Amino acid sequence: MSVTDTYQPTPDTGGPAQPLIRVTGLQKYFPVRGGILGRTQAKVQAVDGVSFEVKKGETLGIVGESGCGKSTTAKLLIGLVEKDKGEIVFDGHALGERLSLKELRRGVQMVFQDSYATLNPRLTILDSVAFGAKVQGLDNPEELARKMMDRVGLDPDRFAHRYPHELSGGQRQRVNIARALAMSPRLVVLDEAVSALDKSVEAQVLNLLNDLRAEFGLTYVFISHDLNVVRYISDRILVMYLGEVVEVAPVDSIWQEQAHPYTRSLFSAMPSMDPDNRTKEPPLAGDPPNPINPPSGCRFHTRCRFASAVCKEAVPKLAGLARNGDHMVACHLHDAQSGHPKAGQGVPE
Amino acid sequence: MTKLLEMKNLNVRFKGKRTVHAINDVSLSMDQGETLALLGESGSGKSVTLKTLLGLLPPKRSQIDGSIHVNGVDIMSLRGRALQRYRGGEVSMVFQEPALALDPVYTIGHQIAESVMRHKGVDKANAMSTALDMLDRVRIPSANRRLHNYPHELSGGMRQRVMIALALACRPRLLLADEPTTALDATVQIQILLLLRELQKEFGMGVIFVTHDIGVAVEISERVAVMYAGQIIEEGTTHEIIRDARHPYTQGLLAANLHDVARGERLSAIPGAPPALEARPDSCPFAPRCPVAMPECRADLPPMLAPGDRRRVACLRAAQPIAAE
Ligand SMILES: Nc1ncnc2c1ncn2[C@@H]1O[C@H](COP(=O)(O)OP(=O)(O)OP(=O)(O)O)[C@@H](O)[C@H]1O
Ligand SMILES: Nc1ncnc2c1ncn2[C@@H]1O[C@H](COP(=O)(O)OP(=O)(O)O)[C@@H](O)[C@H]1O
Ligand code: SF4
Ligand code: SF4
Ligand SMILES: [Mg+2]
Ligand SMILES: [Mg+2]
Repeated sequence: MSVTDTYQPTPDTGGPAQPLIRVTGLQKYFPVRGGILGRTQAKVQAVDGVSFEVKKGETLGIVGESGCGKSTTAKLLIGLVEKDKGEIVFDGHALGERLSLKELRRGVQMVFQDSYATLNPRLTILDSVAFGAKVQGLDNPEELARKMMDRVGLDPDRFAHRYPHELSGGQRQRVNIARALAMSPRLVVLDEAVSALDKSVEAQVLNLLNDLRAEFGLTYVFISHDLNVVRYISDRILVMYLGEVVEVAPVDSIWQEQAHPYTRSLFSAMPSMDPDNRTKEPPLAGDPPNPINPPSGCRFHTRCRFASAVCKEAVPKLAGLARNGDHMVACHLHDAQSGHPKAGQGVPE
Repeated sequence: MTKLLEMKNLNVRFKGKRTVHAINDVSLSMDQGETLALLGESGSGKSVTLKTLLGLLPPKRSQIDGSIHVNGVDIMSLRGRALQRYRGGEVSMVFQEPALALDPVYTIGHQIAESVMRHKGVDKANAMSTALDMLDRVRIPSANRRLHNYPHELSGGMRQRVMIALALACRPRLLLADEPTTALDATVQIQILLLLRELQKEFGMGVIFVTHDIGVAVEISERVAVMYAGQIIEEGTTHEIIRDARHPYTQGLLAANLHDVARGERLSAIPGAPPALEARPDSCPFAPRCPVAMPECRADLPPMLAPGDRRRVACLRAAQPIAAE
C-alpha cells in the first residue's frame, strides 16, 4: 500500500466549485493589560474585518510587515485563537453550526516557523508524528506515520527513535510537515514554515511542499515575509496592513502591477540582486503605526505618498480592478467616485 | 597605507563535551574603508570570526591560533585597559538583537554619551551633544526628545538605529555588523542598509557585514567572502561572486535563490546539510553535497586557487572552468 492509499482525508462535500475555506469579516482584538490593577487598558486590533476564500487545490500566499496580523489570521483559521466576530466556512459548513472545532481541526493543520518549540522534546520523532493521527482515531497511526516520514525524506529506520534535539533545523521542519500530514488534512496553513531554514535547505523543503500538494490534493495557506518565496509557491497573494486586507490578486497580475501603494512599497523593498543597480532610496519611511490605535480612514495614509483629505476620513473598500475583477484592492485611487483628486487613474508613478 | 585588517591562519576550537572546530585556517585582509560581506549559512563560523576579532570568546573553553592585526596592532596581545580602548573605540559591533548591546535601565542618550566619555575623554555636556548628533545622523525623528527615551520605548527599527549610533559614536575604523537586519521587516531592512552605506562613506570606515542573505550582501558590500564549515571557500568583488561564482557551493547558493524563478518550477536545491564540525576537515568539506565532486576531493583539502587579483577559490575544479550542467 502506498502512502497515498493510507491518506484518510474527510470527504469532499461541495465539489470543486465550492471554496475549501471562506472567511467573512473576521475580527480579533487582543486586550492589553496594564496599570496597577491589571485592567484592560487598550486593545490591539490584530485582525479587523478580514474576508477571503481559498479554492480547492489552490495556494493562497499572505504577506505583510511584522505585526500586521498574519499569524493571528492563521490561528483563527485553525481555531487556535477564538474569533470576536466573523464567519469561517469549511467546505460549505460554518464553524459553530454544522462544523465543530474538532471537525475543523481534522480538516485543517498548521506548520509553524519554530520547528523546535512545536515538538515535544520527550517524544521520539515517530511518536510525535503519530500522535495527532492517534488522537483523531485514524487507522494504523504508526504505519501512517512511518510512511509519512519516509515521504518527507526522513528514513523511518534511522529517524523513528531519535529525539528532536538530535535533528537539524531542516529535518525538524520535515518532522513538522509529516506530523501535520499524518492527520490527513485537506488544508495546511504554513506560517513562516521555511523562514528559519538556510537557503540551500529552504529550496529542498519548498520542492517537497510542491510534491506533497500534488500527491495529496492539498490546499495551502502560505504565510511568509519573503515575497520571492510567496511568489514561487502561491496561486494568489493576499497583502495585509495593520489587520486589514489591502490587496488580493493572482500572482502574475500582482507581480505585473501592484495596485495598492503599500504593496508597491513592499515589493520595492526587495534587495535588487544586481550589484550594478543597487537600491537607491528606501521605498517607505519609518515603521508601521501601532495597531492599538490605528490611523483613521485608510490605515496606510500616514505613510502613503498619495494620501489626500478623503484618505483620512473614509475607509476604502476592497473592490475588483476595472481591467481584472479578480485583482482586488482597497484604495481610493482606484475608485472614481471616492473623491480622491487623482482617482480613476490608477497609482501615479 | 597599513592594512585595516590582516588575519592569518585563524583557527578556533571550542572544547567541552563535544569539540567544535568552528574556524579552520581562515585568512582575511582588508584595506581601509572597505566593505566586506561575510556570507554563509548558520553554523558556518561567521559570528565566531567577528567575536574573535573583538576578543569576545570565552577564554577557558576556546582555543585560538593564528594572528590578527588591526591597523598594524596585534590584537591578540591586548589586555586590560588597551583591550577596552580597542573595543568600542577602534572596532565596534552591531548585533542582530539590540537587547545585547542596549542596557534597559539607562536612557539611550546616557548610553551613547557614556561610551563617548570613556573612549574620547570628553566631558558630559560634549558627550551629550555628540549623542544628539549621532541620533540625528541615524535619522531618529525628534532626536532631542528621543535622547531621553529608554530602549523599550522604541520600535524595533529605531532600536537598531540607536545601536548603530552607539557603535559609530566613537568613530571606529572598523565596524562589525552581525546580521543587524535579519530580524527586521524588508521595508525597515532596506532603510537600515542604505543608512549604513551612507554612514560608511561619510566616516570612511571599514565594515564587515555578516549575513546569510545574498541580496543583502549585494546591497551593502563591495567584496564578498563565502564561508562554509569554518573556512573561507571563495572571495571576490560582489560583482565577481554574483556574475562569476567559481565554487560549486557558491553556485548552489545562487541557484537556490528564488529571485526570478518561475512558479512551480523545480528548484535546484543543494542536497544534504552542512557537516558537523566535530573533526577538523581533512578533505573538501563540501564533497558530500557537491554535484561535481571527484575522488581527489575526498583525499585531501583542496588547494586555495587565485584566479585573479584578490580573488580566491578553494576548489579543485576551479582551475578549469566548470561547464554548466
Ligand atoms: N496573544 C496576544 N495578546 C496580545 N496581542 C497580541 C497577541 N497575539 C498577537 N498580538 C498582537 O496582534 C498583532 C498581530 O500579530 P500577529 O502575530 O498576527 O502578526 P504577524 O503578522 O504574524 O507578524 P510577524 O510577521 O511578526 O509574525 C501584533 O500587534 C501583535 O503584537
Ligand atoms: N561558545 C561556543 N561554544 C561552543 N561552540 C560554539 C560556541 N560558539 C559557536 N559555536 C559553534 O561554532 C560553529 C560556528 O558558529 P557561528 O560562528 O555562531 O555560526 P554562524 O555562521 O551561524 O554565525 C557552530 O558549530 C557553533 O555551534
Ligand atoms: S486610500 Fe489614500 S492613503 Fe490609502 S493607499 Fe490609497 S491613496 Fe494612499
Ligand atoms: S573540491 Fe571537489 S568536492 Fe570540493 S567543491 Fe570543488 S569539486 Fe566539489
Ligand atoms: Mg507571525
Ligand atoms: Mg551567527
